[in-house]
Amino acid sequence: MTADVTVLQDDPDDAPDESVDETAATKAGHRFLFLRNTKAMIGFGILVFFGILAVIGPFIAPYDPSAVSRDILQPPSAAHWLGTTHTGQDVLSQIIIGTRGVLVVGLIAGLGATVVGVLVGVTAGYLGGVGDEVLSGLSNIFLVIPQLPLIIIIAGQVPSAGGVTVALVIAATGWAWGARVLRAQTLSLRRRDFVEAARASGESTPRIIVAEILPNLTAIIAAGFVGTVIFAVLSQVTLAFIGVTPVSDWNWGTVLFWAQNQLALQRGAWWWFVPAGLCIALLGMGLTLINFGIDEFINPRLRSTGLHARSLRKRRIRPRIGFTPVVRTAETTPVHRPPAEEQPAEPRPAEQNAIEEIRR
Amino acid sequence: MSASTTSGTGRHADAAVREPVLEIKNLSVDYGFGQDPTHVLRQVSLTLNRGEVLGLAGESGCGKSTLAYAATRLLPPPGLITGGEVVLTDRSGERRDILTMSDAQLRASRWQDVAIVFQGAMNSLNPVFRIGRQIADAIAAHTPGIRKKQALDRAAELLDMVGISPDRLSAFPHQLSGGMRQRVMIAMALALEPQVLIMDEPTTALDVVMQRQIVEQIAELRERLGFSVVFITHDVSLLIEIADRIAIMYAGEIVEDAAAQDVYRRPRHPYSRGLLRSFPPLRGPRRELTGIAGSPPDLRLLPTGCTFTPRCGFSTPECSRIHPELGPTAFAGAEPDRRVACILHGDVGTLPPELAER
Repeated sequence: MTADVTVLQDDPDDAPDESVDETAATKAGHRFLFLRNTKAMIGFGILVFFGILAVIGPFIAPYDPSAVSRDILQPPSAAHWLGTTHTGQDVLSQIIIGTRGVLVVGLIAGLGATVVGVLVGVTAGYLGGVGDEVLSGLSNIFLVIPQLPLIIIIAGQVPSAGGVTVALVIAATGWAWGARVLRAQTLSLRRRDFVEAARASGESTPRIIVAEILPNLTAIIAAGFVGTVIFAVLSQVTLAFIGVTPVSDWNWGTVLFWAQNQLALQRGAWWWFVPAGLCIALLGMGLTLINFGIDEFINPRLRSTGLHARSLRKRRIRPRIGFTPVVRTAETTPVHRPPAEEQPAEPRPAEQNAIEEIRR
Repeated sequence: MSASTTSGTGRHADAAVREPVLEIKNLSVDYGFGQDPTHVLRQVSLTLNRGEVLGLAGESGCGKSTLAYAATRLLPPPGLITGGEVVLTDRSGERRDILTMSDAQLRASRWQDVAIVFQGAMNSLNPVFRIGRQIADAIAAHTPGIRKKQALDRAAELLDMVGISPDRLSAFPHQLSGGMRQRVMIAMALALEPQVLIMDEPTTALDVVMQRQIVEQIAELRERLGFSVVFITHDVSLLIEIADRIAIMYAGEIVEDAAAQDVYRRPRHPYSRGLLRSFPPLRGPRRELTGIAGSPPDLRLLPTGCTFTPRCGFSTPECSRIHPELGPTAFAGAEPDRRVACILHGDVGTLPPELAER
């Protein structure tokens, strides 16, 4: 879950730009600068909340999610905070237990797709020639294959498709877009002077890729990772919802599957499907906010303005290229001014002497 | 007034009829929108007269470009103008403050009143359009109702003016040399006959032959069209050739403002003198090149008093205490147009002879 943060720590951009920000910021504040962005903070908070839920879920869930009880289709009450299903199962417990499945699949799929995407994209972009043709062709093929049907077919063929299997299937079909973006960026990077200089000074190809090119791609990789996680979570929920994956493995999609299967909407049992839907939306929003945060972080211009957006609005500063804001502040008085008596407005006596000398 | 002091001032028009076209008054600029911005320009005042070539010189990072861009409000974020006035006087005598203009006014005024040739401007040409079309575009944008044919004719005229054959109108930027592209940019800047032309190191990327051609062209066009020029460069020797007046900047302030020949022959500020001593003269006795020891101060941590004190050969204990204002020199009566920011000029008796040359 913290993978995106650790990647960004190494971003070469974050050290030298300290002057832009308030001096009050601590060193750690600079290191995790993108977390000081409000959007990223909210997104990260949501992700941490679900992360904790995923870890401690089995210990805090009030009931066994599969346990049948006599409280059939009860609306939310003190005993069942989110009501019960048609067999008397506790919806809250199902959602809490289901969190782990969703996050594990999302992260594994995101990680797998990112690794494949980086390998294929950067290699294709850097090598060029036949290697590029083959690898680009491959990712183009994966791009045009309709993803969901393919996932359904593969997941349907694999016997006892558990969470990890689903994650791997999603990763195998979802890497191509990231690879394409990375290839394009690598193509532009490899022609830059610093890469050519590294090549001219005899650095090995792997070293150039790892030490010169990858650090420039960290932001794109991180954003791609977050995007893939969103895609993976949604795919997995979809698969569970249409019943392709085993319906006894609890995740939010399974909850929705049963709700749909038992006509929860028609019966007016809103508590059955609304919480799971909200959780999916919330997690998606959290990840998207993190993506926005990364976006503002990697663009220093967006960053310096994004950080202070509210205070800038308050001071009526609208930073734009070509129209420098004018704000007449009280603090315009310069850092140091001489005492008033040291500013002679009248010609000094010495000058008068000099003038007379010249006249003579 | 002795004859020697006026020698450099009036290369162009009569020095007596001075009509200001761009007046920068107490301009202050900060970099950074945060709690602790860097004050890069602190109450800078400068006047550009009609038909005059004003040179801005100084080391890198001393605020030359910042001054020019702030005065035209082209400073990119996180630049912030925190005070002052930039008064532009029209040909009709109407006075307007650029800093209070609305976006629409600013857009209308740009290019028409004040045009800029940027550093490395030749890279601003769009590689997929013919240069004629690019020049005509600018003309059409500011002249509603003009026909395409007319705009192109005017573009041909402009190219001819900067010494490029008009049949190159249909050339693409990559078909021109660097110097020609730079001249195309100058032609574009002059397309709407601006009153002020700001040139930010227009010749830095070019070889000396091209530099000379361009500088001569600008001087000739100035004579013909009567616009004013602000010429920014590191190259003081070039400035002495082209400029009527030179303002020397140091650490975000103007330290000396005088006629070009006066600065060259009789520098009054220790920093100007150091700048002039860092390149060899073509004629005259040989002298040792000294340069200026050290480097410009960090604008975030400016020394108290005069910012040049740590590098100044003439500094006194007073210098690190009192911040000098830009004011008359020690010879105020003899050279009324000169301004210098150095407390040594408070007393002719103690002024080092190097700064008191006549």
